[in-house]
Amino acid sequence: MSVLVVQDLTTSLPTDEGPVPIVRDVSFELAAGRCLAIVGESGSGKSMTALSILGLVPRPLAITSGQILLEGKDLVPLSGAAQRRVRGREIAMIFQEPMTSLNPVIRVGEQVIEALLLHEKVSKKAAYGRALELFERVGIPDPAARLEAYPHQLSGGLKQRAMIAMALIMRPKVLLADEPTTALDVTIQAQILRLLRELMGEFGTALLLITHDLGVVNQIADEVAVFYAGRIVERAPRDQFFSAPAHPYSVGLLDALPARAQKGARLREIPGHVPSPTNVPAGCAFAPRCPKRGEACDVVPRLEPLCDGSRRVACFYPEEPV
Amino acid sequence: MSEFFSPGPVRDALTSSVIALTVLLLAVIAIIKVRKDEPLAAGFAEVYRRRRFSIAVLVLYCFVALLDSIAWVGGGSVSEGDLVSAHEARSVIDRVFSRPRERGYSAPLADKEFYEGSPLAARHVLGTNVLGEDVLYLTLKGARVALLIGAVTSLITIPLALFFGVLAGYFGGRLDDIIFFIMSTLASMPGVLLLVALVMALGQGTLSVCIALGVTSWVGFARLTRGETMKLRQVDYVLAARSLGVRPARIILRHIIPNLLHLIVITFVLLFSGLVLSEATLSWLGIGVGGSWGQMIAQAKDELSRDPLIWWNVVPAGVALFALLLCLNLVGDALRDVLDPRTRRLRA
Repeated sequence: MSVLVVQDLTTSLPTDEGPVPIVRDVSFELAAGRCLAIVGESGSGKSMTALSILGLVPRPLAITSGQILLEGKDLVPLSGAAQRRVRGREIAMIFQEPMTSLNPVIRVGEQVIEALLLHEKVSKKAAYGRALELFERVGIPDPAARLEAYPHQLSGGLKQRAMIAMALIMRPKVLLADEPTTALDVTIQAQILRLLRELMGEFGTALLLITHDLGVVNQIADEVAVFYAGRIVERAPRDQFFSAPAHPYSVGLLDALPARAQKGARLREIPGHVPSPTNVPAGCAFAPRCPKRGEACDVVPRLEPLCDGSRRVACFYPEEPV
Repeated sequence: MSEFFSPGPVRDALTSSVIALTVLLLAVIAIIKVRKDEPLAAGFAEVYRRRRFSIAVLVLYCFVALLDSIAWVGGGSVSEGDLVSAHEARSVIDRVFSRPRERGYSAPLADKEFYEGSPLAARHVLGTNVLGEDVLYLTLKGARVALLIGAVTSLITIPLALFFGVLAGYFGGRLDDIIFFIMSTLASMPGVLLLVALVMALGQGTLSVCIALGVTSWVGFARLTRGETMKLRQVDYVLAARSLGVRPARIILRHIIPNLLHLIVITFVLLFSGLVLSEATLSWLGIGVGGSWGQMIAQAKDELSRDPLIWWNVVPAGVALFALLLCLNLVGDALRDVLDPRTRRLRA
């Protein structure tokens, strides 16, 4: 049973020449305790998808169509107050930059218990107790002192752990993580990913992970969704995605990884650039950069199951599974 | 004795003293608070290191104003026959520096008239004006008026600017349009004309001058806060708070305004000097606050055309005003260098 179902979500920027979609007809499901990784280049609409789910798209962007079902309840038409009740309690988010995601002038503890005080009738003391437990759980040494500290007194890794504690204090059903490890050292990265995986199992939280780092995807994700120019072009279980990518764009992404290249050979790159949202080609957006394009590519391909049923691909000429 | 007693002077003395002591207490609390906040305390220490002299001068001004605010009735020596002042609220400055009136001008340190043959300290150190009033005494009294105008007006301007700026910046949309329209309208009116019109409408007096100055001076800071709020609104910790379902009012009070603090401190200091100067302009036009340096200068302007030149009426007030503004601006610049994150990064 999926906790979060996103159906045909479109988020657009209104302009004088009509709305420009940033996120186009995006659909996916997320089951409790599972991790879906959203991969794509900068500007492909990954972060906007997450902010749309939270109802926090920056003005003047707005969700123009689609549904976001949290346990069957649509979040899109909810009022501001009703959305705030969902945020923090049912869905929470971790941001990319631990350096800027904690308010520099407020003690860490105060910020961590903010959601708790907001959504539950608990005393400040009890809230601090729970924050202390959670700080221990996310592996912050000397948690009591860290609760009293100001953000600038914490290292990047500790800040990110504090952020995770802050997001998980209400045990939300869905956790959105926007590049949670990009700003961290590689060693810390692995620790944080392991921690997230453990906490998902413990709390039954579903994780929507946004990243452009395929190494991170390989470590933590159950399923992968590849974004290109605002659309999902491929959705596959992790192992299939890495062993036999079907969409030419996915193939290109994986070929650009040093780990897969032959020693001494030049890394293969995808020629050209990601189109800007105002200038997306008609038909398949990837066609101009695609080595396999054909006549059919003048039409937008739908995300359809591949013949072996293992995944969905939006391409007329997918790589055949081996 | 009792027929001379009226509750008026006692109440005046009490209010003035209580307000002065409250301000002193608040200042002490603020200093203690700031000392606890490490980055801010480090910032102020740096400002102190750079501008020791200016800060000393400002403290001196505050000290004079404080002495002029602590007042009580009765006691002390009052010149003979002056029964009225014996029953007035008189401050420390009044008691120490007031001199009996002369019949007219008296040059600095002149030993004629009442003080014939008196010791140097008891003479009119800076002479007297056309009415025979001691200029040093008037100049010292002006400190309190200047600081009062600056402080009261800042207390009107800064909250007003914060309120509109943050509201416009945070909520945007139609509200932003309306507030920005109001700001542009105010900014497009000639400042002095608007000021004069407001003072005329409100009637003369310290408070109405302060209100008029406050209403005309908030736009600049409001624009600054509006822009800064728009920026902060998209900062990760504000997004994080919003993603936790925190209400806008709480976000503004906890996450936005505390992060505007450096701007508020800098603006307060720089605004302060601008306001004291604006009051001088109003006094020149004859609608300022009684007893201000602006008024002294306005009254002394005619004396400059006399022969021999009577310079001692205008110079003390001018120097007092100039020194206050200079020190405020120097400290304000140092504060900006230290507290503004942009220049801080450049220095590092």
